[in-house]
Amino acid sequence: MFKKFTVYILISLVSIVGISFPIVKSPEKWYEFPNIPGLEENAKIIFFHVPLSWLAVLAFLMSTYFSIRYLRKKDFTDDLKSYTSAQLGLIFCILATVTGSVWAKLAWGSFWNWDPRETSIFAILLIYGAYFALRSSLDNEEKRATLAAVYSCIAFITVPFFVFIMPRIMTGLHPGSADDSTSGPVVSFKMNMNMRVVFFVSLGAFTLLYSWLWSLGYRALLLKEKFLKSQEGLEQ
Amino acid sequence: MIRSMWALFKKDLQSEIRTRYAINSLGMFIIVTVSVILFSLGSEKLAQNLTGGLFWVVVFFTAMSGLSRAFVSEEERGTVMTLHLIARPTVILGGKLFFNLGLIFLMNSVTFLLFSGFFETFVFKSPDIFLLVFIFGNIGIAVAATIIAAIIAKASGKATLYPVLSFPILLPLMLIVIDLTKTSLEGTTYTDAGIELSFLACYDIVMLVISYLLFDFIWKD
Repeated sequence: MFKKFTVYILISLVSIVGISFPIVKSPEKWYEFPNIPGLEENAKIIFFHVPLSWLAVLAFLMSTYFSIRYLRKKDFTDDLKSYTSAQLGLIFCILATVTGSVWAKLAWGSFWNWDPRETSIFAILLIYGAYFALRSSLDNEEKRATLAAVYSCIAFITVPFFVFIMPRIMTGLHPGSADDSTSGPVVSFKMNMNMRVVFFVSLGAFTLLYSWLWSLGYRALLLKEKFLKSQEGLEQ
Repeated sequence: MIRSMWALFKKDLQSEIRTRYAINSLGMFIIVTVSVILFSLGSEKLAQNLTGGLFWVVVFFTAMSGLSRAFVSEEERGTVMTLHLIARPTVILGGKLFFNLGLIFLMNSVTFLLFSGFFETFVFKSPDIFLLVFIFGNIGIAVAATIIAAIIAKASGKATLYPVLSFPILLPLMLIVIDLTKTSLEGTTYTDAGIELSFLACYDIVMLVISYLLFDFIWKD
């Protein structure tokens, strides 16, 4: 309950502040954001797009973590936890792709042009897709849990390459890529204090949103499993 | 352990020589794919930077159509239980991996020869770098395809899932390999290609280690 209200308040705060505060050349008042060359007014999407992509990767990390736990202990609830996290990760990944694509249209003039960042988020979407395809192809619960866990581990070792290595060694247009000198590492150098505060509050709020949704989804799945088991018991 | 891997490899090789199923069907697959490319080109000449990409497209789909057999055939013939009895999981992974490595090097050499024969622009300015790319790329594809094939075999041989599951795993390899093939067609040096080549080597090693770690879980029901 408490978590729910905190998420609600924080995300509405971030939305209002992030959208309404003006971006000016040289910020003086406490509510003004600095002008980042190469990003300008489009910079405001950073409060939504970056937390969403961060969550897409975090959800995948959690999913892999629970997969490894499942493989070690063979506890069926760990598989459900991993599955819930992957479901949320897919939603966040799609949202990050859409917001990024909208930004790309405004900044580069086209929705999609295979920038390294776009390739990497596309690959993560594919991994999630393959994970769910594998799960839906298996009927046996134990087999499904084991194989999905193994696949998630194998897929996870390619993720750091997509997210952290490739966009930085290849040249691209996304802020922070190898040849980017104007709007380089955005968070550490170009933001002023208030922008950074809003950004990190947004990051925290979205992470909280994820953890709330995750516990909700997990409990729902657990109840569903219990219900199905009790029905099987009635039939016998 | 190497000896028992070798024994498993020899067993697969003998049963392959007896039926020649994989070699025949994969050979035909390559010929069909290359001829489709030739038909679609007509009398046009293929640009040089496209041939490198097309080469790896053919390699990827050949691997996807052939390499899953290593484990699926065991499930089909019902010999999985016997393998469980006679060998440890690591030995089985090793044996299958040797067989897939042999298969993919054979197939890709054929593809390479066909490409050099049919496309005039498929000529390398720095063939030594391409040779390294070819070796590392093939090893990477074979390792990743073998472990995914083990998953597919347990999922009762759902053949359509195979490329779906393999593609995201192979994507980093494919991106680098295609990029390097393009640059070695145009000519490059070891210092320029150094980062990418070392990345390929790392990918192979990481895939090998993770396959070794996770195969036990797939193999034990």
